[in-house]
Amino acid sequence: MARVLVGVKRVVDYAVKIRVKPDKTGIVTDGVKHSMNPFDEIAVEEAVRLKEKKIASEIIAVSCGPVQSQEVLRTALAMGVDKGIHVEVSGKDYETLQPLHVSKILAKIAQNEKIDLIIVGKQAIDDDCNQTAQMTAGLLNWPQATFASKIEKGDKDITVTREIDGGLEVIKSKLPAVVSADLRLNEPRYATLPNIMKAKKKPIQKLTPKELEVDVSPRIKIVNVEDPPTRQAGQIVPDVDTLISKLKEKGHC
Amino acid sequence: MSLSQKIRVINLYKTLLHLGKDWPQGYDLFRTRLHKAFIKNRNETDPQRIEQMINHGQFVAKEIEALYMLKKYRTLKRRYYNNDN
Repeated sequence: MARVLVGVKRVVDYAVKIRVKPDKTGIVTDGVKHSMNPFDEIAVEEAVRLKEKKIASEIIAVSCGPVQSQEVLRTALAMGVDKGIHVEVSGKDYETLQPLHVSKILAKIAQNEKIDLIIVGKQAIDDDCNQTAQMTAGLLNWPQATFASKIEKGDKDITVTREIDGGLEVIKSKLPAVVSADLRLNEPRYATLPNIMKAKKKPIQKLTPKELEVDVSPRIKIVNVEDPPTRQAGQIVPDVDTLISKLKEKGHC
Repeated sequence: MSLSQKIRVINLYKTLLHLGKDWPQGYDLFRTRLHKAFIKNRNETDPQRIEQMINHGQFVAKEIEALYMLKKYRTLKRRYYNNDN
C-alpha cells in the first residue's frame, strides 16, 4: 500500500477570459472565478482511482497559495482525497512564487509524510511552467515519469506510459517516484454536492513555508505583463486577380 | 407524494442547482429554467410518474456532468494539443 501526495493549484477558471491589469503588473484576479487546475484534477482522479483499487492507502493533497486555496483543497477532498495540507503563501510572495519554491515545499512534505508516490498535473493553465514534477523529483533524487497517460502499479514498481513527441513511451520505475499527469490519463469525476458536504468534515492542516524551512523569497521580478497581440482584421478581395496580386505582395506565391 | 420521494425530489433539485453554478450561459438562466421544470409537475400525485421523473432528473444531472467534462477536455485539447492531428 502506497501513500500518495497530490499537488493542486488554484488557478483562474479555464473558461474565464483573462484580462491584464491596466498598470501591466499582472492579471485581474479580483472577483474572477477560480477553480482547480484541470491537470491537477486529473492527478487527483488518478490518486483516487489508485485508492479505489486498494493500491493507495492514504491520499494527501497539498496546495500552496492564499487562503482561498483551501477551496480547491475542499474540491480535492470531495473527489476522494483523505487529507489536505494548505501551505499559506500570500500577497507579494505569492506573485513571485515559482515551481522551484513549490517543489521544495512538496519535497519537504513528501519526506515528512513518508510518501511513496507524488502525482501532480503536468502544468498549470495559468503560468504553463511545466516544471514542478521535474524539480520535485530532482530535489528528492527520485525517479520521474512525466506526461503520464497510463499508470500501472507492479509489486515494487510502477509502469507508466508517457506521451512523447509523435508517440508513446513505456517506462518502469521504482517507488518512491514522481509522476506528472497528462490530459489523457483519465476523466476526472465531478465533485458532487453530497461529497462536498462530507468533505467539510475532512481535515485540512495549515502550514507556512517557514515551518517547512523553505525560503520563498522572490527569485524573479515581474517586469511587464501584456496581452497577446490581437488578430488583424481580414480583408475581402473582389476577384481572383486581386487575391493573387495581394498574395504576391506579401510574398506568399 | 410519500416522504421518501419528497426528500429525493428536494435532493435532486439541490444537486441540479449546484451543477447549474457552472452553466455556460450563467446561473440565473439555469435556475429559472430548472425552477420552471419542477413547478410544472408540482401537482403530480402518481408515485410511479414521480419515480419516472426523479430518474429522468438524475439522468439529466449525469448528462450535465458529462457535458462539463467534455467541454473542459475539448478546450484544453484545443489549447495545448493543437498540432496533434
